[in-house]
Formats: sequence, C-alpha cells, structure tokens
Amino acid sequence: MTDAATRSTPRALIAEDEPLLAAALQAELVRAWPGLEIAAVAADGDTAIAQALALEPDVCFLDIRMPGRSGLEVAQALAEDWPHASALPLLVFVTAYDQYALQAYEAAAVDYLVKPVQAPRLAACVRRLRERLDARHGDAPAGRAGAGGELDTTLARLRELLAAVAPAAAAARLEVIQAQVGAMVHLVPVDQVIYFEAADKYVRVVTAEREHLIRMSLRELLPQLDPQRFWQVHRGTVVQARCVRSARREDSGKVTLHLAGRPETLVASRLYAHLFKGM
Amino acid sequence: MAPFPATRAATWPEAGAVMPATSPWRGFATRGLATVLACTLIAATIAGIGGGDLMVSLVYSFSIGLQCWLAVDGGRVLAARAVRRWRPADAAALQGWPGWPLMTLVIATGTSIAYASGTALADAITGVGHAGDGQAWRGYVLWLLVSIVAGAVITGYHYAKARLELTRAEAEAARRLAAENQLRLLQSQLEPHMLFNTLANLRVLIGADAQRAQAMLDHLIAFLRATLAGSRRDTHRLADEFARLHDYLALMQVRMGARLQTRLELPPALAELPVPPLLLQPLVENAIRHGLEPKVAGGRIEVHARVTGGELCLTVRDTGVGLGAAASARAADAASSFGLDNVRARLHALRGDDLGLRLRAAGDDEGGTLAEVCLPRPAPAAASPAPAPTMESQPK
Repeated sequence: MTDAATRSTPRALIAEDEPLLAAALQAELVRAWPGLEIAAVAADGDTAIAQALALEPDVCFLDIRMPGRSGLEVAQALAEDWPHASALPLLVFVTAYDQYALQAYEAAAVDYLVKPVQAPRLAACVRRLRERLDARHGDAPAGRAGAGGELDTTLARLRELLAAVAPAAAAARLEVIQAQVGAMVHLVPVDQVIYFEAADKYVRVVTAEREHLIRMSLRELLPQLDPQRFWQVHRGTVVQARCVRSARREDSGKVTLHLAGRPETLVASRLYAHLFKGM
Repeated sequence: MAPFPATRAATWPEAGAVMPATSPWRGFATRGLATVLACTLIAATIAGIGGGDLMVSLVYSFSIGLQCWLAVDGGRVLAARAVRRWRPADAAALQGWPGWPLMTLVIATGTSIAYASGTALADAITGVGHAGDGQAWRGYVLWLLVSIVAGAVITGYHYAKARLELTRAEAEAARRLAAENQLRLLQSQLEPHMLFNTLANLRVLIGADAQRAQAMLDHLIAFLRATLAGSRRDTHRLADEFARLHDYLALMQVRMGARLQTRLELPPALAELPVPPLLLQPLVENAIRHGLEPKVAGGRIEVHARVTGGELCLTVRDTGVGLGAAASARAADAASSFGLDNVRARLHALRGDDLGLRLRAAGDDEGGTLAEVCLPRPAPAAASPAPAPTMESQPK
C-alpha cells in the first residue's frame, strides 16, 4: 500500500481563498485534532488540485466558491485523477451559504461545514473524519474489496452532486458550431462532431476530417448539447455516443474509448465509467 | 352608468393587475340600489312641491327611473363595445367607458326613450291618464327634465367613483411594486454569501486582532446603515457615495487580502454634488463578484468621477476576468442582473433615455470591464450658486 495507508499521522489539505478564513480553519483544526498535519493550504482551485495530487492528503477541506475552479470542480478532478492505488481523500465542503445545493453537498461529502465554522461543529466533524479513517485502516488487511466499495459509493454520490448543481439545459440546442479562423468562419454541423475537448479557455471541436478551436468553455457549451447524443466522459471531454466504437475497462477503473473516424483514443474517467457497461 | 372596473378586467389583463377585485354583480347591484334611492328621493320631492299623491309619484319615479338606469347602463356597455371595435387599444373603453361625448348621447336618447316607455308603464299601472289633461305637457316636460338631470348626475357620480377607485388601485399597485423592488434591491445588496463570509472574517479578527476587528465592524455598520436607509432617500452627496463604496471595498479587502487593490478618485470640486444614493454600489459589487472574485490573481478596482459637458460621469473599472466571462456568469445570477436593472431604471428616471449606463471591455493591456454611468450634472446641494454655463442642463 502507499504512504496514505501506512502513515501514522493523518494529513489534511485546506482549500480556501480568503486568507483570514484559511488561517483560522487551520488554527482551529490544530486545536480540534491534535496530531493532524496540515499538508497544504491552497488559495484557489487549481492549486488545490495540484497540491492534493502531489501530497496525497487523507482529508480535504474544500471551500465551494473559489477563484479558478470551485470546490466541486476540485472534488471532480480529484475523483478522476487520483492515483489508482490509494484511497480517495475524505471530502469536507465548506461554504458561507448555499441555499439550493445544501442537501446534495451533505450527501456527497463526509461532512459539510457552514462558515463561520464554530468549534463544537468542527469537533463533531473531526470525530466523523477520524472514525472514517480508522475504519479505512481496519479494512486495509482485508484487501481492496472494502476500499473499492467505498470508492464506488463516493463516486456515485459525487455524480449525483454534479448532476444536481449542473446548469439547467439551454432552451435551444446547438445545431451548428461557428468556428472562427482569422477572418473565416467555418460552420460545423454538431452531428459531424466526434468529440469536444476542453483546452484552457477554449474547446477543441474534432470532426473526422479536421479540428477547430472555439472561444468558449466546455461548461458553457455543455447545456447546449443533447445529453442523449453527447456524453460527458471526463471533466474535459464530451464524445458523441454513436462515434464510440469500443470501450475497454482498464485496471485503474478508467475506460479507454476507440472511435469511429479518428485514430486516437479517449479516456473516460472513473466518474463516467458506468456509462460503458455491457447490456 | 359608470366605467365598471372588474367586468372589463377579464378582457384587459393589465387592468386586472390594478383593478380592485369587485365582482361585476356587486357593482350592478350597487348602482341599482343607488337608482332606487334616487327615485324615492325624486318622488318625495315632487310630491312635496307639487302636492300630488306620493304613491302615484313613486310609481312614476320608479317606472321611469329604473328604465332610465337600464337604458343608460346598457347603452354605456354597448357604446363601449362599439368604441372597442373601432379603437381596440382604448383603455377607458376596455373598462366599459365610451367617453363623455358618446355618453352624453347615450344619456339623452336613453333617458328620452326610457321616459316615454316609463310614463306609458306608469300610466297603465296607476290608471292616471294624461291624455285629456290640459296641464299634461307641463308635467311631461318636468318629468323629462328631472329624468335627464338625474341620469346625468348619477352617471357622473359613478364615473367619478370608479375613477377614484382606479386611481387608488393604481397607487396601491405602484406602492406594492416599489416595496417589492426595494426588497429585491436589499436582497441583492445583502447577499447572504457576502454577509456570512464577512461575518466569518470578523469572527476570526475578533480573536486575532481586536483593533482591526473594530475597524471592520465600523465599515460593516456603515455599509448596513447606508444599504438599509439608502432606498428611502432621494439623494446624498457624491462624497457620501464614495464613502459608502469605501466601506464596502474595505470589507472586501479584509476578505480578499492582497488579491484586491482599490483606488477611489473624487475631485474635491465634485464632492458636494447630490447623486441618487448607492447608485454605483451594484456596479462595484458586479466588478467584485463577476470580475475579480473569479480571477485567481485578483486585481484592482478603480472608481472615478468627472464632469464632461453637462454630464456627471462616474466610472467603475476592474481588471478582472472581463465582460465575456463575467456575462455568462452574471446571466445565471438573478441578484446581480437585478442590480444592473435597478441602476438602469434610476438613470432612466433622471435622464429620460437608456443611454445612462454603458458596460464595455476596458480595452487596454490590463483587461477587465469598464462600467460608466452618466447623469445630467446636478445642481450642488450647497447654497453656493452653480457656475452659469452649465445651468441649462440641470434638472429641476
């Protein structure tokens, strides 16, 4: 097993963009959980993902509203990119106020903290986290079966959460993509698109013959696509279902997709692997 | 005999919003009762003056009066219907009021016809014939005049009453809308996410740095006081406007730390100019919420005031993620789009056009968004007279 499982001192990552609140949560955690090591404090979503993947903490406290990527997007990225051999960190979402998604967040995470975080509430949260970590260590000798079950539950809950907070589908479906190259605008019928791939602030639009870049994020594009035809298979990839020729499940839980009309393969993450089960 | 509020509400949806919810039958019954009362009064008066039989006077009065009422009220409905066919958008006709010229015609003809048939009916009931009576023409003319005057007076009374009710209902609706807007503006300014994050920061500071906590609390108090009182005042000094923006930005600076720099520039000459309270607040909130908060590196927000031509121009500039990215996020945020609508509406009231608010890309290397508000240069609130050349463009 890896560091996380054999380490004696648990480690935590805090993702919080407001410096005073980050420092306060750190100080209160040290008080409420002696022996917890704060591995990193990240001030934005992207840093949080990089630090978490590098340091493999046992627990992540994720502020939901952060610059760059939100706490939810951090959770999604961790679920997709977490090294296969070690258990996903326990997630605690922290927010000042979320009227609508509160229950969904509560269901998806081990716990859910509302700012200002008060000491008795934090103590209860720490108790829950320690129980979960202890249970994890107890499972370890039994092999990966227990951890695998836990992973599946976590992934299923995260999927539900993503669906619950996803923006509502747009009123009008996109039928033609307008891709600009210099002074020229190419019209690409959506039906000819094999897959869309996020590339920084752009989206790559890939057809059998060529590819275009459009100035739009995948998050903005997604509600305008028909979810029956276009499947999100990764946080950065949306593929047209009829263009997937075959799917091969890897040991890591990811799925490799072979396409009709394109030589390259795509990867469906663990979060979306359930889309490719035999009938 | 009067514009009839609730009956027409069904065919005029906008009216439904401001009309009192009286049923058509209640209005009908009220007017019928009023007619009965008027008839009784007229009969008693005539019997008293002329010294005739009260019972006979009552029969004539009722027979003629009720028929007049039916003729005039029915004539009104028919006339209004005709006007509607001719001018479908006529608001008064939609509420069953054909207008005074047509109504005069309806009263004159309706009353004359109803008077003739009413007299015939009363003759038949009482058996009192006027045919052989030498004095008949005097009675006939007297009763006809009484009928026409009564018809006109009662119609006028009901018209005035319905007018009053309509005005009252409109005022009530306007009051309700204003209260609703004020509530929504408050909700957008006291956005829970902002409020609870601010309180969380304050809670931390109380333990860590009591002096800073006190300063932060002072800013929060000033911000809350201004927000709660702002919508109840017409104007305050531009210097006060900047002070309130400073309060808000000071709160945001505690929260965002080094990610937020601010610059507020108010030329001393403009400090005393009166402006609508918290006009810039939604623009500054937007610059933070949609421009700087989403940007990992943070940035700067600048607020300037200047006078060009006859206008006072106030600009809010941020170096945030820019209009494109901010717009898509803003579309999903009802509170902030309400804030912008509110600024537009207030500027519209001051200028009479929709050119008062402009949002555009800042257009330099630092990027971000530039929001500019222009209003007619207000007269200084202080007693000192304003320079003459700009006087023409000042609103009264």
